[in-house]
Amino acid sequence: MEIKIEDFRHGTELLKRGFASLQKGGVIMDVTSVEQARIAEDAGAIAVMALHAVPADIRKAGGVARMADPAVVSGILDAVTIPVMAKCRIGHFVEAKILESLGVDMVDESEVLTPVDTHHVDKREFTVPFVCGARNLGEALRRIEEGAAMIRTKGEAGTGDVKEAVRHIKLIMGEIRALKGKNEEELRDVAKELKVPFELVQETAELQRLPVVNFAAGGVATPADAALMMQLGADGVFVGSGVFKSETPDKMAAAIVEAVNNFDDAKKLAEISKGLGIPMKGIEVSTLREEELLQVRGW
Amino acid sequence: MAVRIGIIAIQGDVEEHIRAMEKTLAERAGQGEVVKIRHRGIVSSCDAILIPGGESTTIGRLMEREGILSEIREAAGDEKPILGTCAGLVLLAKEGDEEVAKTGQPLLGLMDIRVKRNAFGRQRESFEVPLRLSIFEEPFHAVFIRAPFITHAADSVDVLATLNEHIVAAKQRNLMALSFHPELTEDRRIYHYFLDL
Repeated sequence: MEIKIEDFRHGTELLKRGFASLQKGGVIMDVTSVEQARIAEDAGAIAVMALHAVPADIRKAGGVARMADPAVVSGILDAVTIPVMAKCRIGHFVEAKILESLGVDMVDESEVLTPVDTHHVDKREFTVPFVCGARNLGEALRRIEEGAAMIRTKGEAGTGDVKEAVRHIKLIMGEIRALKGKNEEELRDVAKELKVPFELVQETAELQRLPVVNFAAGGVATPADAALMMQLGADGVFVGSGVFKSETPDKMAAAIVEAVNNFDDAKKLAEISKGLGIPMKGIEVSTLREEELLQVRGW
Repeated sequence: MAVRIGIIAIQGDVEEHIRAMEKTLAERAGQGEVVKIRHRGIVSSCDAILIPGGESTTIGRLMEREGILSEIREAAGDEKPILGTCAGLVLLAKEGDEEVAKTGQPLLGLMDIRVKRNAFGRQRESFEVPLRLSIFEEPFHAVFIRAPFITHAADSVDVLATLNEHIVAAKQRNLMALSFHPELTEDRRIYHYFLDL
């Protein structure tokens, strides 16, 4: 008897978090064209993020940064077999709906684009899972409460400077460690302070990790950067401008993928890092003015 | 007797499989351990191998680069039980579809099956369903995420479950392949069955 696939249960929390869980140990790469998407897939990327410009170029161009042209997203969806993700502006639920209708596998509600609202998208309303950026435990848990199936530490996108990514993951890990040993009353205080439900704080305290997958992002530019984020406890890595702003993107992409698999083996990392040409030039984060920071977007 | 289960830990939901397998071992009151395999040299010390879900292109390429593919082929030759779920099912197959050919991903080529990747569609088409398996009395709550299915199986392959006439679970001698993710639910019947192979 033929059963209609449409009648099955779709878009459940289990399916969303399950999808995110399957990305663990992988590298998700920003791509702006079909050619770049193919290079990423050949290098062993676990998924690609379809964009109209990589964060470094978005930063340079200035102005309002919006969702990518659906034609670009569709082209990439057709070109590769690995999952395709795409970014919508913070709070722009219509961009998110458009991306979902195109068939993207995950939507990134991203501070790299220009926010339209201080309210984030209600992600529970969607069939596709979402990933959101976070700088600290409060932001991470608020996004999870809104339905995010995956968190990525924000770092400072488009800089090639991994310093902020390091700071954010250490902060989140530290805040989770600090929950250990707290009694119910104290956990309730934390929940009030972070403006999230007590149950979510309690779950995080018990698990001693975020209840969803946590990737690192924002400034990863070399295999060593990627391995550093893995050693600091990330479940995987997003590479934005780091691949396609380097001298030899195909080599850099493959090397970053291998570095994530060998993140705790310095000898192998040395081999992997040899002869990759010049990494993206980058911008030192401390030279940026406060209003140039992308990480402060999102609430 | 203590058993040593090796899990390919390159990428995917490795931790979930480890937790499920450890709980299964505890339920059997037998001795055993689960070890992660990210490099060559570990497979031969294991009594059974588990290949988790993730992206088969990524896992396959890295298994090849690390030299694990040939070790697993040897283990299969030694009649060791091998379970592949989702991406693991694709990797166990002898033959892939045009998607597999297009990406040029390496396969283990151990089971006489032909597979289709992302056969039910993209993530928005992912689904949960109670599934009838020929080896169990009660349905199994199966979670399909961008799942593959088997488009053709040789006569020597036992079909364990179908969905709309597509094969989603199969067994050939000591090898077992599932389209879905038993590690994402609390039902451990499949792990017990696998350890009995």
